[in-house]
Amino acid sequence: MDIIVCIKRVPEVAEIDLQVDQTGKGIQEEGLVFAVNDWDNYAVEEAVRMKEKHGGKVTAITVGSEESEDVVRRALALGADEAVVVTDPQAEGSDAYAIAKILAAAIKDIPYDIILTGALADDDGCAQVGATLAELLGIPHATLVTAIEIEEKQVKVKRELEGGLEEELVVATPALFTIQSGINEPRYVSIMGIRKVAKIEVATRDLGALGLSPDQVGSAGSFITVEKIFPPPAGEGAQILEGSPDEVATKMMDIFQKGGVV
Amino acid sequence: MAEILVLMEHRQGEMQDINLEMLAKGQQLAEQTKKELTAVLLGKGVASMADEIKRYCHHTLVMEDDLLANFNSEPYQDVLSFLLKERKPSLVLMGHTAFGMDLAPPLATATETPLATDCYEIEVKGDTIIPYRQMYAGKMCAEVHFKEAPCHMITVRAGSFPAEGLKEINGAVEQVSFQFDKDYAYKKFLQYVEAAVGDVDITQADVLVAVGRGIGDPENLPMVEELAKLLGGVVACSRPVSDKNWLPKERQVGTSGKTVKPKLYIALGISGAFQHIAGMKNAATIIAVNKDAKAPIFSVAHYGIVDDLLKVVPGIVAKVRERKGA
Repeated sequence: MDIIVCIKRVPEVAEIDLQVDQTGKGIQEEGLVFAVNDWDNYAVEEAVRMKEKHGGKVTAITVGSEESEDVVRRALALGADEAVVVTDPQAEGSDAYAIAKILAAAIKDIPYDIILTGALADDDGCAQVGATLAELLGIPHATLVTAIEIEEKQVKVKRELEGGLEEELVVATPALFTIQSGINEPRYVSIMGIRKVAKIEVATRDLGALGLSPDQVGSAGSFITVEKIFPPPAGEGAQILEGSPDEVATKMMDIFQKGGVV
Repeated sequence: MAEILVLMEHRQGEMQDINLEMLAKGQQLAEQTKKELTAVLLGKGVASMADEIKRYCHHTLVMEDDLLANFNSEPYQDVLSFLLKERKPSLVLMGHTAFGMDLAPPLATATETPLATDCYEIEVKGDTIIPYRQMYAGKMCAEVHFKEAPCHMITVRAGSFPAEGLKEINGAVEQVSFQFDKDYAYKKFLQYVEAAVGDVDITQADVLVAVGRGIGDPENLPMVEELAKLLGGVVACSRPVSDKNWLPKERQVGTSGKTVKPKLYIALGISGAFQHIAGMKNAATIIAVNKDAKAPIFSVAHYGIVDDLLKVVPGIVAKVRERKGA
């Protein structure tokens, strides 16, 4: 059972006051901490668990800047066997469709039974690369997967629907699954763990090596481009309660009383 | 005359709420771009749904087949690829739901249709359709431009467009003439799996004290449980907390969990992803406590405290105890 897991390096934005950059199309990245996309973390863990149970090899792939080697190194520390970083300045501005094209080109020479991706990425939130990649490779897929059970030549999966409902389906391999958060509990990766895999060579590829021309990627090869970004309109917003903890607690009590709960 | 195609969604014999939301927006876009509005309804035994839908569209295209009874992206994609080729719509709308997320990307790829996902607004400027979507966990909005193409596709965020104000059009129901040439054995729906029933039904509670990532550690939960108990309520949570199994899944509020409407909703350390907000925005009173003043939760909360919940909650617990004379 050979597994490819596609991952992405994204900025951590929780509790960060994001600013629009000079182009007006992106955020200022200075000072931001980058890490592996949360959903991809679950995907890597799931890939490694499958390997541990059924044997085979796990290859982690990412498309991004040179710094993206960080996230595949982390995947290696988690238990992946090989890693590929596709990096090329020409790929900048690629939308989900163009990224899927790059991944498809990078994957064509790697044997696989199953491809895993995160259900979506923290940064653009498109939830699009996985199912697009499956279509480009001509293999079946299931998105938002919350459980995987490998049977002979097919996989039984659960997909998350709305309102707590799930559906169960069988998909023949080779197949692609996009992993929903919570499917497992990703193991802890220590600094020591990352040091241990420092000697594993990470393959680096540019677009030329994958046989892609510049017009197939970047904004030229994309279906959509971001014209501008802006913070969400403030709206009415909350009335902010200020003061010492005691004063705030007193104000809360008044609200509770007005709401008839105490 | 070119048209706007809207894909209807149903499950277990029920129409999904997003259908009317998309039809309402579809009517508006059709008017603005001088197009007709066409709904596509694929399924089995969906005649009564077609009767409802046709009230709001110029055309309602229906195909009934056992292969379409439960959603499966593969046969759905083949029927829609056929319809896109046959009818040449200028715009296709579907939900950014478990259904649309599985179907829109491969359909767009197979038909070379530019796709923008999870859009909360769609504007028309001249002849151009401009979608808007959110990025960075709702902290930024983006105006998106499509590559020029005869047809574009948008998946729509649930709850973005009010279904009120739908106009009666009363168009015709038309059958789709498409024949399947395979049985799609490589991807088969087996069954629905209902959510586990827990000991507490959060949808019935008047007071919910909900915790998110900001709780930091499950050791901090007893403090929150005490507050909930003092207020006669129960503890609920956002996705990161149930993902980590700190609270059972049935306590999760949001699109993939429960939709709640309590008298009082206290959101502790919840940033307010749109999926969470969709499940609690109709609470009568919402109080949010979060360290991050820019957290989207403050846009739906009535009252906010910008601070660490671990500092705020003990003070409130003490105050409620004091007031109750406990």
